[in-house]
Amino acid sequence: MENNISQERKVLIELKEIIKLYIMGTEELYALKGITSNIYKKDYLAIMGPSGSGKSTLMNIIGCLDSPTSGEYHLNGKNVSEMDDDELAEIRNIEIGFVFQTFNLLARSDALHNVELPLIYRGISKADRIERAEEALFNVGLQDRMKHKPNELSGGQRQRVAIARALVNNPSIILADEPTGNLDSKTGEEIMALLEELNRKGNTIIIVTHEEEIAHHAHRVMKIRDGLIESDTLSDKGIKIKQQSEILL
Amino acid sequence: MNFLLEIKENLLISYKAITANKLRSFLATLGIVIGITSVTLMQTAIEGINRAFEKSISAVGADVLYVQKFEWFGKEDWSFYRNRKDLTMAQYDFLKKNSQTAVVMCPSVGTNKVIKYNDLVLENVFVVGTTDEYQLTFGSNMEDGRFITKKESDGGYPVCVIGTDIKNAFFENTDPIGKTIKVGSYSFRIIGVVEKQGSLLGLFSLDNRIIVPIERFYRLFGGKRSLSINIKAGDVKNVDETKEEVTSIMRKARKIPVGDKNDFGVNQQEAFKTTFESLTSLIKIIGTLITSLSLIVGSVGIANIMFVSVKERTKEIGIRKAIGAKRRTILYQFLIESCTICLLGGLIGIMISFPISLIINAYVLPTAMPLWVIILGLFVSLIFGVMAGFFPAYNASKMDPVESLRYE
Repeated sequence: MENNISQERKVLIELKEIIKLYIMGTEELYALKGITSNIYKKDYLAIMGPSGSGKSTLMNIIGCLDSPTSGEYHLNGKNVSEMDDDELAEIRNIEIGFVFQTFNLLARSDALHNVELPLIYRGISKADRIERAEEALFNVGLQDRMKHKPNELSGGQRQRVAIARALVNNPSIILADEPTGNLDSKTGEEIMALLEELNRKGNTIIIVTHEEEIAHHAHRVMKIRDGLIESDTLSDKGIKIKQQSEILL
Repeated sequence: MNFLLEIKENLLISYKAITANKLRSFLATLGIVIGITSVTLMQTAIEGINRAFEKSISAVGADVLYVQKFEWFGKEDWSFYRNRKDLTMAQYDFLKKNSQTAVVMCPSVGTNKVIKYNDLVLENVFVVGTTDEYQLTFGSNMEDGRFITKKESDGGYPVCVIGTDIKNAFFENTDPIGKTIKVGSYSFRIIGVVEKQGSLLGLFSLDNRIIVPIERFYRLFGGKRSLSINIKAGDVKNVDETKEEVTSIMRKARKIPVGDKNDFGVNQQEAFKTTFESLTSLIKIIGTLITSLSLIVGSVGIANIMFVSVKERTKEIGIRKAIGAKRRTILYQFLIESCTICLLGGLIGIMISFPISLIINAYVLPTAMPLWVIILGLFVSLIFGVMAGFFPAYNASKMDPVESLRYE
């Protein structure tokens, strides 16, 4: 299935038998029961599943916010599953750009500073930071809103700031968790269009959602249920793109 | 992330955090403000007491020895000293004749008398009987007129030198020189006024005194009094040598058998100093402890606020971690925030206590806030900032990014 679309492409994420076990008092809860999958460069993947399916846990592990109880996770060739907190922080900083449902911007900082933040943690000089942050904001169409604080921006604009922040370090993956969940449908469409454009430009995008409509934007849909992969298929769009590329070949 | 950049960035963050919660930051600093104010004022006060003491005992003279029946700050009962044999003029003459090291030497006796000028009366004025060399032992300057001469001293002339308190009481608008005052029921002509000397340890005024020739003193007020022999060694370095010599001559003069203890005291300023220092060092320790308590209370307040601040900003910590902040970065962020609050408190504290120290200097004690107290105050507030901030900051740095992102 997945091989159909991604044969010749570089493997970016390699998940092998990922298990996540939560112990709550005396109860053991397997959030993930053995996930094995590859995600390739330039993929546009939607992870779907009802609440409690384990999709959030999977996203946290892919995003290096959490470590698996067992199993191996290679990101860009690096074995992430054995890293400590500070190494994971560095991986998150360099390899991953997060886009959250609730935007998660720093309320007291303006758009520019919010976008600058990952560069600060990377130790980039002030002049470089400003230049790159401005460029990222320009790319999401917010060149006029750089000095605005989050509460002076609309929901869509805030999500654009968050996307600019996710992009600014040129990460390997953009990980979007319900990116349109707090937006009206029109603004949501705009954000999805922006993500699609980013994918076209070569960014690998993983979105986590429970909405079919949103998942349709992706080229590949992975459905999670009870901590296991239920299905992993190409979406209509993905099939179309595959056909096009085959024609081109 | 490079260290300086980290500090700079964190200063900016703490500036934002502090200004975002102005009232809370103010309340948080209050404890430190009060702590630093009291610590610095305490040190300033101690410095002031020291200075006041130095100034006040300077009248005693660091190189002057006082041979007396009594020993200053002696351990025995007062009556023990009182029952010793008096020091007599004969012993004084013997000492004066035999001492090689003393530069100047004079006898003095004193008593309290009522003095009168026309209708004006002053009670409890200390009358000193001495010789012309008295002025040399103390080096006191004349404000007006002159001191008693050797001729007047030897001849027991009815002349006197008065202190400024007496001048102010009797001769506010007139020249006291040449006027005659009554000491007890005897007349003395004023020949000079001694410059203002202040008081000894704030206990008794050195200006409320009349100095008369000892010859006349004995004749009018009775001769059965023990002398104090005041000896100037000339230099502080020679004091010990002179003290030794004087002791052995006095033992001879008072015919003390070999092996017996001295029945007189050779006193010096040192005795004041040792007693004073043992007293003030205790005050210093207690004062520092008490004032540090207020600092500790202040820093507990800051720690409390920092815990709240960390809790409240759990989400922010989660965001920062998701974006790539390491543990150390978060630790520094909150440490620097608590240090900034404490330093700010310290600065405000000094800004309060410094003017107060100027007021104290003007009205209460001669003092000045030493630079080291200011530097120490700031340093201490920084230390307390680190202490208050460490555990909250450590908690923040250990937070789980997933949990803290979920926090609302």
